Amino acid sequence: MTALNRKLFRDLLQMKGQVTAIMLVIACGVATFVMSLSTLESLRMTQQTYYERYRFAHAFASLKRAPNALAARIAAIPGVAQVQTRIVVDVTLDVAGMAEPAVGRLISLPERPTSGLNALHLRSGRFLEAGRGGEILASEAFALGHNLSPGDHIVAVINGKLEKLTIVGVVLSPEYVMQMGNGAAVPDDKHFGVFWIGERELEAAFDLDGAFNSVTLSLMRGASEPEVLKRLDLLIEPYGGVGSYGREDQLSNRFLSDEIRQLRGIGMVAPAIFLSVAAFLLNMVLTRVISTQREQIAALKAFGYSRFEVGMHYLLFVLVIVFCGTLVGTAVGAWLGKGMTHMYSRFYRFPVFFFRFDVATGLMALGVSVSSAVLGAFGAVQLAVRLPPAEAMRPEPPATFRKTIVETLGLAFLFSQSARMIFRQLERRPWKSILSSFGIALATAVLVLGNFGRDALDRLMDFQFSIAQRQDVSIAFVEPTTAAATYAVGHLPGVTQSETYRSTPVRIRFGHRSRRLGIMGLHQQRDLFRLLDVHEKSVVLPDEGVVLSEKLAEILHVGIGEKVIIEVMEGQRPVREVPVTGIVTEFAGTNAYMEINALRRLLREQETVSGAFLAVDSRYTQELYRQLKTTPRVASVSITAATLQGFKDTIAENQLQMQMFNVIFACIIAFGVVYNTARISLSERSRELATLRVIGFTRAEVSGILLGELAVLTLVAIPLGLVMGYGFAALTVWAFETEMYRIPLVVSHRTFAFASAVTILASLLSGLVVRRRIDQLDLVAVLKSKE
Amino acid sequence: MDSLNDLEAPASAASTVAARDSVFKARSITKVYHMGEVNVHALRGVDLDLYAGEFAVMLGPSGSGKSTLLNILGGLDVPTSGTVMYRDRNITAGNEAELTSYRREHVGFVFQFYNLIPSLTARENVVLVTEISRDPMKPEESLRLVGLGERMDHFPSQLSGGEQQRVAIARAIAKRPDVLLCDEPTGALDVETGIVVLDVIDRVNRELGTTTAVITHNVSIAAMADRVISLSDGRIASVHRNEKKITAKELVW
Repeated sequence: MTALNRKLFRDLLQMKGQVTAIMLVIACGVATFVMSLSTLESLRMTQQTYYERYRFAHAFASLKRAPNALAARIAAIPGVAQVQTRIVVDVTLDVAGMAEPAVGRLISLPERPTSGLNALHLRSGRFLEAGRGGEILASEAFALGHNLSPGDHIVAVINGKLEKLTIVGVVLSPEYVMQMGNGAAVPDDKHFGVFWIGERELEAAFDLDGAFNSVTLSLMRGASEPEVLKRLDLLIEPYGGVGSYGREDQLSNRFLSDEIRQLRGIGMVAPAIFLSVAAFLLNMVLTRVISTQREQIAALKAFGYSRFEVGMHYLLFVLVIVFCGTLVGTAVGAWLGKGMTHMYSRFYRFPVFFFRFDVATGLMALGVSVSSAVLGAFGAVQLAVRLPPAEAMRPEPPATFRKTIVETLGLAFLFSQSARMIFRQLERRPWKSILSSFGIALATAVLVLGNFGRDALDRLMDFQFSIAQRQDVSIAFVEPTTAAATYAVGHLPGVTQSETYRSTPVRIRFGHRSRRLGIMGLHQQRDLFRLLDVHEKSVVLPDEGVVLSEKLAEILHVGIGEKVIIEVMEGQRPVREVPVTGIVTEFAGTNAYMEINALRRLLREQETVSGAFLAVDSRYTQELYRQLKTTPRVASVSITAATLQGFKDTIAENQLQMQMFNVIFACIIAFGVVYNTARISLSERSRELATLRVIGFTRAEVSGILLGELAVLTLVAIPLGLVMGYGFAALTVWAFETEMYRIPLVVSHRTFAFASAVTILASLLSGLVVRRRIDQLDLVAVLKSKE
Repeated sequence: MDSLNDLEAPASAASTVAARDSVFKARSITKVYHMGEVNVHALRGVDLDLYAGEFAVMLGPSGSGKSTLLNILGGLDVPTSGTVMYRDRNITAGNEAELTSYRREHVGFVFQFYNLIPSLTARENVVLVTEISRDPMKPEESLRLVGLGERMDHFPSQLSGGEQQRVAIARAIAKRPDVLLCDEPTGALDVETGIVVLDVIDRVNRELGTTTAVITHNVSIAAMADRVISLSDGRIASVHRNEKKITAKELVW
């Protein structure tokens, strides 16, 4: 080892506290980076492999009823590789051990399932056997949700009749990696399940002999998806087709893609913040090191060390820290990524979900952290490089002090001599004081960010499930029904309030942008299903016009007063131009609403309803559920409490786990910044403080001056940090936003209080360490050394 | 120290030294520092020659420009105008890289405050320089020359001021420099220790034949020089040749 490297090594060792603190901050940044990137890569690879091996279709469409002969015409569309027609129906299920009904999606399987699309992966049991009736395959998510295994039974209401079906196998499908029902905002494995059943059986039960109502197809390489979809729509339209869509709009796939996008967001935003803090710390510490080593640098240069060699020496100081931090961070990140992958495997259903750590990810982490650190250290290293050796031999000019503003105002008598010293010191180098405060503020901000996730989720759940949508149960009818149903629904057991709605699939178009969605017609007078604007004020549905969710308005680039084109995808398929009259705040999905009669006019119908929102007296829920289970016209029942639980179990759990790490990381950063600030200020002032001790100041008085300075810096930093934290939260909201979910920008008082408290605690602890150092200060040695 | 004491040489060699070649030829050197709105003239036209193997003392009160002159001779600083020739090389025309290589190959510095690297031992401080030199002596050898053979593995904080300055001298001579430039080498030391340090410098000058320039404001030290160059207000006030120079041990102040 060269003497210069030996110096480096000993310098690092001497500053081990500060060096470790910075190293840990870097490790935090790298860990989040590696975690999100490796999880993302694992998820993406797993998804891709699964889709390929199990031939996940490229396009999907449902229709009312089409003869099997249509399949050949669909296959003839240029660009179509393979076509699979089938029957898909949603039925009500009665599951043993659960009071409320569940929705079962029955999908037909041909007698001889060969190499079709969306192939099933058998987890346990066996596939269906030809000729045997009453057998089904259950999706793994539902089976696990209810502890069902091959041999168990479920009861389904099939065309008004209760049928007992035997589960013979538990399977996975690439169409249901994330299992969600139509219109559901969150996965709910207890109340929605997918089942595969013999084709013949389903044909017979639903009177669809020789016909199908769902088609999926794969495309040839290079085929144009929009073109194929357009042609497909033309073919299925006469058969009640409600519009085809590609993978992008396929629910399970979109959920996965959103997750991947969110991971990418986390992988960018969090490390960016952490590594900027690290860069800032490195700059602060290195600037100080170089200033204390001014004369050493001069000596090195005097003996013929070149500017480059001197620069490299200090750069190496930074690189050693970064390298260690990256190493620790990569290890922790890979470990966390493995944990994340494990967590994902609990709600994403893949045949195999393996964690993959790519060396490239590690190298990328190193690259990112090195470049940010070098960026941070650049200014300081420049100082060392540029320092003219002759100038460095002269002692630094004495610090210039002046009276503080307070003193010039004649208020000096208010302060003790120590307080005056504190304020003069802070004022003397305002830039440095600002930077130190800024560093501490950054730590506070990261702490705010750490807890913001929980605030946002609390707010989201509160808004969505108790402020906006207050129904206990929502039901959907098999087919649009007459308004007489309104009366019937209102008289179900325990129903205290009911609001019917009409919904229909549409495509909303504005300019060249469009989205497929279900538009919902609601009564003007409502109490359960409320539409709210940003200020939580009710949005009134006008007699004409459409109200859009914020996200939808944003996607379409449309504002209030502009006209969108609504293409209805069922019945007579009318197309109308309708003005946008309002925008509502919603955190899930892209939705559109109209006054129910306005929608009926658009559909050229009268008095039809698709379903109802119900408020239920909790004493009668069991009875209500029992009755709903056996009501053939009710296609699906969704229970708000269950949806909320589903949300908590999946998205919330995932987010909270992430957040826990964020809080830990934020605490590390807070301590890293405050501790370094305190140590640097001690190093700069030790001579002065020793002088004070020598002339008779007590230890407490001397500590008071330094710690008072730290206290002032901390108190200034906290409010600034809270504001910056809010900014970081806004940045996160932006990075996390997907079409399916948005998180609200809300930071609670609790979060602000926590961030402030941890910052103050970090200051106190750092203060204690510094205090101990001041107590141990070797007065003679400090005064003899030349600062 | 003993080894050097045994090598006691005749005190007056001034005349022979003066006859040798010029190592440095400084002509019309000026140096102006811009301090805010004021221009400080540190050197106002200095002509100076230093001869091979001589021991020169530059004398003057603080602010006389002696440190500035030494820094320019050593390639640490460049003059505002004028030229300095080191043998055939114009060191005032060179860029940063050339100055660096000039310092690396030819100059040994000793500073008032030693400027040792505190995180390196005595030996390592010397190694720092020998590592980048072409034909250095062994670090141990140079430390033995200054009488620190026994304390090589001590850190600067474990050494007295005089010992630290001797490490600095060992570090400066280890590369076998052509010139040894000392800026107030005894400025931070008491008399006794100062004499020990000056004795070492004197020995190096005699034993290794290294051209030596020592800056001081202490008039007594002038007695051990071949030539005494007095500076005042940025100009050379007088040059005086000692007919008889004395050894460091004979100094009193």
